[in-house]
Amino acid sequence: MTETTQSIKQPRATAGGWYEFATRHRASIVAAVILIFPLVMPFTALAVNILIYGLYALGFNLVFGYLGLLSFGHAALFGTGAYLCGIAIVHFGWPWYAAIAAGIAGGLLMALLIGVLAIRTRGIYFAMVTMALSQCVYYLFYQAVDLTGGENGLRGINVRTIDLFGLRIDFINPMIRYYVIAAFVIAAFFVMSRILASPFGAVIEAVRENEMRARASGYDVTLTRLLTFVLSGGFCGLAGALQALHLSIVPIEILHYETSGLVVMIALLGGMGTFFGPMVGAAVFLVLENIVSVWTVHWQLIVGAIFIACVLFFPAGIWGTLIARGKR
Amino acid sequence: MAGLSFDLIALQLFAGLALGAIYVLFAIGLSLIFGMLTVVNFAHGAFYMVGAYVGLYLISIGGNFWICLVAVPIAIGLFGLVVERVLIRPLYGRGIDYPLLLTFGLSYVMVECVRIAFGKTGYPFDTPEVLQGAVDIGVGYFPLYRLFVIAATAVVLLALWLFLEKTSFGLIIRAGARDPQIVRILGVDVSRVWLIVFGIGTAIAGFAGLLAAPLQGVIPEMGGTILAEAFVVTVVGGMGSIGGAVLAGLLVGVVVSMTSLFAPEMAKVSIFALMAIVLIVRPQGFFGRAGLMS
Repeated sequence: MTETTQSIKQPRATAGGWYEFATRHRASIVAAVILIFPLVMPFTALAVNILIYGLYALGFNLVFGYLGLLSFGHAALFGTGAYLCGIAIVHFGWPWYAAIAAGIAGGLLMALLIGVLAIRTRGIYFAMVTMALSQCVYYLFYQAVDLTGGENGLRGINVRTIDLFGLRIDFINPMIRYYVIAAFVIAAFFVMSRILASPFGAVIEAVRENEMRARASGYDVTLTRLLTFVLSGGFCGLAGALQALHLSIVPIEILHYETSGLVVMIALLGGMGTFFGPMVGAAVFLVLENIVSVWTVHWQLIVGAIFIACVLFFPAGIWGTLIARGKR
Repeated sequence: MAGLSFDLIALQLFAGLALGAIYVLFAIGLSLIFGMLTVVNFAHGAFYMVGAYVGLYLISIGGNFWICLVAVPIAIGLFGLVVERVLIRPLYGRGIDYPLLLTFGLSYVMVECVRIAFGKTGYPFDTPEVLQGAVDIGVGYFPLYRLFVIAATAVVLLALWLFLEKTSFGLIIRAGARDPQIVRILGVDVSRVWLIVFGIGTAIAGFAGLLAAPLQGVIPEMGGTILAEAFVVTVVGGMGSIGGAVLAGLLVGVVVSMTSLFAPEMAKVSIFALMAIVLIVRPQGFFGRAGLMS
C-alpha cells in the first residue's frame, strides 16, 4: 500500500520498499494519475472540476491536515484568486499568465490579511474567526459591483487561446483545456511536496503535534502558522484563478461559506494530513455529486449524511483508512 | 445629512437593541453549549431556522403565536437532546474539531429536510395581531413587536440567570463548566448535565428563530447568515461568557443599526470591522479569559 505522510497518531512507518518509493515519488505519482485521468472519466468537464477542487483541497489540507488548524474561511482565498484573475482579464486586459499570477497574488494577500487577524486567536476560535472574516469578504465583493459584477457575478472572462512561446493552444477544446490546467495542478503538487519535505514542512508538523515543544525548541509558532496559512492561500488562489479561466465567469457564490464548507468536506472525506487525500476526496466527492444529482435534487441531504457518517466512523477519510489498513 | 435629529438616532438605537436581542439569544445558546461541552455548534443556525419553521407550521394548523412561544422551544429543545445523545456524545474526547464538523454536516441535513418539507422559497410570517402597530416611547413611535422582542429576551435572560445562579442544578452546571473531572468525582453524571445544557441551548436558538420570524420572514437559509454574525458576537464578547454574549450581542445590533442609518451599504461589513478591532486590541474578547481556548 502506498503511504505518504503519517496521519496524526501514527508513527512514521519505516519498513516497506513500496512505501519508501511512493513517498519519494509522491508528486510524480500524482502527475501520472492526473495525466491518464480524463481518459477514464465519463466526461472531461468533471475531470477539470476534480483537478481544480483537488488543488483547492490541497491548499486547504496544508492548514487543516498538516498545521492542524480548522479554517472555515478558505472560500475567501479561493474566491479572491478567482476574482483577481477575472478582473485582471476583464477590466485590465491582462494576458492569461499574468492573470493567473494575479490570482495567486490575490490568494496570498487575502490569506495574509485574514491570517494576521485569525492567528491571534487559538484553537476553536480559528474556525469561527476565519468564517466570519470570509463572510466579510463576501459582502465586500458583493457590493463592489463595478469591479465584480455583484450579484450577477463577473462575466466575460473569455480566454480562447493560450499563447506559449509562439505556440497557439486552443483553450476551447475540453481535452486540451484539461491538460493546460493539469500542468498547473501538477506543478502545484510538486511545489507542495517540496514544501512538506523541507525543514519548514517538518516545523509545520511539529507545531501541530506539540505547540509547547515546538516553541521550546526555538521555533516561532505564530510566524509558522501565519506563513503556512499564507502559503495555503497561494495554492487556493491558483485554484481560484484556474476556476475563473475554466468557467469564464466568477459567480458570487464562490465566496459563500458553503464553498468553505465544501473544501472541509473534501479534505475530511479524502483523508486529512495525507498527500493524496485531497485529490482522492475531490474525485470521490464530485463523482458522487454527479451520480446522486441525476436522481435527486436533494444532494445536500446525501452529502450531509455522508459527512456525518465520515466524522463518526471514518475520521481518517478514505485515503487515511486505506493507509491504516495497508499497514496492518 | 439633513433631518438627522436626536429622535431619529434614539429610535435607530432602539431598533438596534431589538436586532441585538436576537443576536443575544442566539449567542447565549452558542456560548452556553461551548462553555460546558466545548462544542462549537455549527448547526445552531439550523436549529434557529427550524424553530421559525415549526412556528410557521403550528400557526398553519391553527395554533397561535402564544402557543408557539411555549411549544417551539420545547420541540427544538427535545430535538437538541436527541442530537446530543445520538450524534455528539460518541465524539467526546476525540478532539475539539470533530463535534464542530459533525454539527456542520448536520446543518446541511436539517436545511435540506426543511427544503423538502416546506419548499425552497421563503414565507412571510405575520406579526401577531396584538403586537402590531407602534407605541410612543418618548422619542417617537416604535414598532410594538420590536419592544416585545426586547422584553421577551429580557425574560429569557432573567430566567436563565435564576436557573444558573439560584438552583442546585445550575450550580452543577457552573461547576461542570469549570472542572468536569472534579464534578464527576463528586458523583455527578456529567454526561447528563451536558445533554441538558445542549437541550437548553438549542431550545433558546429555536425561540430566537421564532422571535426573528415576524421581523424578516422565514427561509431555509436564514440560519447561515446569523451564524457568522453570532460568531462575531462570541468573539467580541468572549467565548463561553454569557455576560459577554449579552453585551456584545446588543453592541453588534446597535452597530449594524447605526451604520445602516449613516452608510447602509456598509452595515453588513461594519460588524466584521468591529470584530477585527477587538481581535487586535483584546483577542480574548470583553469577558473571555486569556488562554481559555489553548
